[in-house]
Formats: sequence, structure tokens, C-alpha cells
Amino acid sequence: MVARLALIGLVAGVFSTVFGVGGGIVVVPLLISFVGLPTHAAAATSLGAILVTATAGALLYAFRGDVRVGYALLIGIPAVAGALVGTQLQQRLSGRALTLAFSAFVAVIGVRLIL
Amino acid sequence: MSGWAIPAAICLGLVAGVLSGVFGVGGGILFVPTLLLLGLGQVEAAATSLLAVVPTAATGALRQRAYGNLRHRAALVIGAVSVVGAELGVQIATRLDEDVIRRAFGVLLVVVAARLALSARREPRRYPDVS
Repeated sequence: MVARLALIGLVAGVFSTVFGVGGGIVVVPLLISFVGLPTHAAAATSLGAILVTATAGALLYAFRGDVRVGYALLIGIPAVAGALVGTQLQQRLSGRALTLAFSAFVAVIGVRLIL
Repeated sequence: MSGWAIPAAICLGLVAGVLSGVFGVGGGILFVPTLLLLGLGQVEAAATSLLAVVPTAATGALRQRAYGNLRHRAALVIGAVSVVGAELGVQIATRLDEDVIRRAFGVLLVVVAARLALSARREPRRYPDVS
């Protein structure tokens, strides 16, 4: 199990830097199909993993002086409010509805990357 | 920066947060273009996006913990290893043609989306799963 999780982490890390999209888009489908987590648990666990990665990444960039704290607050504060709404909304969706919605979300990003 | 950029950034931040909470993604996919719109450079935008992801993901993860959905150990393992993976990614990114890998990843995501849509048939119709 740990080996599978480590592999997901490795893939997520590589993809996030190579393709410039975050690891979540990779972690959630892999947790569903490769580890067998229900979709709600996969999304929750992905957020936990992203918290670790983003904290490490933000610290590394901050040491180099690339982080603009004011701008991070400008988008981060409304995003926190949005995250509260989003997690609440997610609890109202069935596993099936959530998986279908996530599938549509991934498809849109995929098409955007191709074009 | 024109007058509508800041209200637009606040709205986009809100939408990114909702997407993060619903789908379990960080929100960087909207943060980065928003920061570019505000006039930041590519590296600054990526760096600042990561900082904005921290409270967003923390909020979602804490709420999910209360719902009993967060698998702590799995999240820690994936998160820690992905830091290593990111280093590896930098090495790969500098060696390959950016347009080719971006399109290849796009195709991969469309395939993943199709597989997810098919697997949705096996998912419970109700949540929390009462079976």
C-alpha cells in the first residue's frame, strides 16, 4: 500500500512541474483507480497531500524571494471562503455524481492542454 | 493593472476555492492565470499560487477531516514523495519539448476522464454510502 501511495506521490510531483497543473488532477483519479478509495475520500486525501507539497514549494520559493504575499492573500482569502462552500457542496453529492463531475472537469483541462 | 483586475481576481479566487473543495485540487489551475492577469511574471505567479494553495487546501482538508474522509497517512506519504517528484520533474522538463509533453498530457487526461466516467457506474447513488 505504501509503495502505491509513494508511486502516486512521485507521479504527481513530476506531472505538476512538467505540465504546470497541480498534483490534485493526477492524485484523485489514481487514488480512486489504483488504491480503491471512494471519490469523496480520494478528494479529501488529495487536499491533505497538496497541503504538504504546496507548503514545501511555497517555502522554497519564498527563500528565493519570488512569493508576493499581498497577491497570495488577495486570491487566497476568497479561495478559503470558496473551499468552505465547495467541501459543503461536495457532501451533498453522491459518489456517482461526484465522479462524473470530476470526469468532466478533467476532460475540460485535458482538452485545454491539447489545444 | 486596470480597475476591474482586483474584483476579477477576488471572484476567480472564490471560484478556485469552490473547485478545490469539490474536486480535491489545489486551485492553482485558476490561481496562476489570475496572477498573470494581475501582472505577475511566470515564476512569481507559480510561487505566489503555491502560497495561496496552502490555506485553501488546509481549509478543505480540515473540513474533510471532520467528515471522516481524510486518510492522514496516505496524504502524508503522497505529499512528501511528491516533493521529490517535483525535483525529478524539473530535470525532465528541461530536456523535453514543452508543446509535445503538454499535448501528450492533455490526451492522457481525456483518457483518464473517460475511464472515470465509466467507473462512475459502479459508484453508490447515495452519499454517505449506507450499503
